Amino acid sequence: MSDAATAFLEAAVRTATPLALAALGETISQRGGVVNVGLEGIVLAGAFGALVGGYPGPMFSGEGSLAAGYTVAVIGGMVLAALFATMTVSLRANQIITGTALTLFAAGLTGTLYRAGYGAGGAALALPVAGVVRVPLLSDLPVIGPAFFAQPPTTLLLYVLIPLAWLLLTRTHSGIALRAVGEHPEAAIAAGVDPARVRWTALMISGALGGLSGATLVLEQSGTFAEGISAGRGFIAIAIVVLARWSPLGIAAAALLFGAATALQFLIQSMGVRLPYQLPLALPYILTLVMLAVSGRRARAPAALGRD
Amino acid sequence: MTRAAPVFATAAMVLLVLAATALALDIAGYDATLAMRALWRGSFGSWFAFGSATLVRAVPLVLAGLAVALAFRAGIWNIGAEGQLLAGAAAATAAALMLGGAPPAVTLTLVLAAGIGAGAIWAGIAAALRRRFGVLEVISTIMLNFVALHLVSFLVRGPLQEPLGIYPQSPTIPPGARLPLLASPSRLHAGLLLAVMAAPALWWMLRATAFGLRLRAVGASPRAARSAGGIAVDRVVFGAFLLSGALAGLAGAAEVSGVTYALYENLSPGYGYSAIAIALLARLDPLGVVASGIFFAGLESGALAMQRDAGVPSVVVYLVEAVLILLVLAMPATRRAIERRLPASAVGVPDETSA
Repeated sequence: MSDAATAFLEAAVRTATPLALAALGETISQRGGVVNVGLEGIVLAGAFGALVGGYPGPMFSGEGSLAAGYTVAVIGGMVLAALFATMTVSLRANQIITGTALTLFAAGLTGTLYRAGYGAGGAALALPVAGVVRVPLLSDLPVIGPAFFAQPPTTLLLYVLIPLAWLLLTRTHSGIALRAVGEHPEAAIAAGVDPARVRWTALMISGALGGLSGATLVLEQSGTFAEGISAGRGFIAIAIVVLARWSPLGIAAAALLFGAATALQFLIQSMGVRLPYQLPLALPYILTLVMLAVSGRRARAPAALGRD
Repeated sequence: MTRAAPVFATAAMVLLVLAATALALDIAGYDATLAMRALWRGSFGSWFAFGSATLVRAVPLVLAGLAVALAFRAGIWNIGAEGQLLAGAAAATAAALMLGGAPPAVTLTLVLAAGIGAGAIWAGIAAALRRRFGVLEVISTIMLNFVALHLVSFLVRGPLQEPLGIYPQSPTIPPGARLPLLASPSRLHAGLLLAVMAAPALWWMLRATAFGLRLRAVGASPRAARSAGGIAVDRVVFGAFLLSGALAGLAGAAEVSGVTYALYENLSPGYGYSAIAIALLARLDPLGVVASGIFFAGLESGALAMQRDAGVPSVVVYLVEAVLILLVLAMPATRRAIERRLPASAVGVPDETSA
């Protein structure tokens, strides 16, 4: 029984990791008043960056490595975030449309480069894959030890990033400036804060985290890249931000809840219930709709969210 | 600013992007001349390509483009035309297969009606979630796109699978459920007339009817529409959302009834997403959607020829489309033209007071 519980929790944590990373970044940008629907494109760009860094393949010269995979993923996410910031913060274009365009841009760009560089079939990919890191002592705990503390490196990094983000938002001058910009830009300006600069910074952090989220899909989970590998995770992450009410600690809980609900399908299958296989595939998206309906009106967004 | 300025700016931008594409292909080591010739030949270069490829592809693109333009003008971020189109295609297929024996005119009408209804219902889920629970439609419509994709996958392997049970597709729909061909042997079908008539109808509705006036008022400023105009904002938004889904559903029905004659998984190569680019390039103007829809249809048809002849991955066309939207949004002349037709407080977060 404890084996099944561990496997269930392990699957929940695995599903939650890329979502929590992307959601954490989006929380920071939304706290500054910017809705980045392009997060989906950023995750996709990160995934492709991880492929390029991990296995440059026939098109790009050089040797790949795990470290290069993570690095290029983060850079890829930040480049897209910079494009979004240029459009929305500097040129003041509509955030929703720009975000949608950014997602389409990332899909077109990664699709084209992938087919041009790696061939239509994708070839046999020789990607390095990050192994599981066991945290001493903690990973020996019964049930939760292996599920939470014997995970790929990025999951463990999240345990540091989440409290850090919480500290940043609530206990630092920069965090207070960020929230001021998100709630009342005019007041922030009066206090000597430059909203454009704050939002640019927030978006770059968000881009880095979104890129890292994409890297986990490629380097820690699937071990390969496929077109559209992000599969809506960027959008699900935005739903998690709403469910978590824009709080980093809430992100951890909401992402884990989502992961657990998705992992339920493994339990159901192991009990021998036969369902059409498309149902578990569609489940994350249906769950997201339910999640949004539940958090709906009670959630109070930053006041200046989406306004230039 | 004259009305023509944004049109010229858009045309110049399109030419610039095409030139940049050729340059990029050349740098990437492709034969750019060959590629550009193929692009032209596969799209507008011959009557055959124009009629059988470009105009056929323009039918779903124009209808879905109208769906997006209508929604955006009402301040609804419907990114779900893709899912609504698939829902329409699935319902149209089911109706066509059930109505085998009815007279063709009746069958065809019911098939298209089924598509329209299913598209409206699929959009209605997101509309109801927004109205009842304040759910952001940007996210909900995208989620529904994924659900629709898996639903079609289930249908073509389950209830709607062809009788032999080998291929993941539905049986072929009976001849009576098919849209007539306009100029056989060309593949051009009567769906083109539907698409071309829907545009002026929508244009007229927005301009001359009470619903259109309310819709534009809500789109411009929900708060002013309610307080000064006494408009029931919720109902107008809900209605516009359903109408948008209905148009996308019709696109799916026309595709099944006019082109594929069956339901299968890859029925849409992303028509619903291209529709967003089409609506924006047309600056959300229904009549402009016809022009930009035909242009994008040509681009996508030509890209397939480009892949055959010059080995350029055809997905490059989606990159070109995305670059075009980003440029439309970045250039002051075109951006102002779009933003005039968008809600002043375009947040994507439903107005809290609209409950």
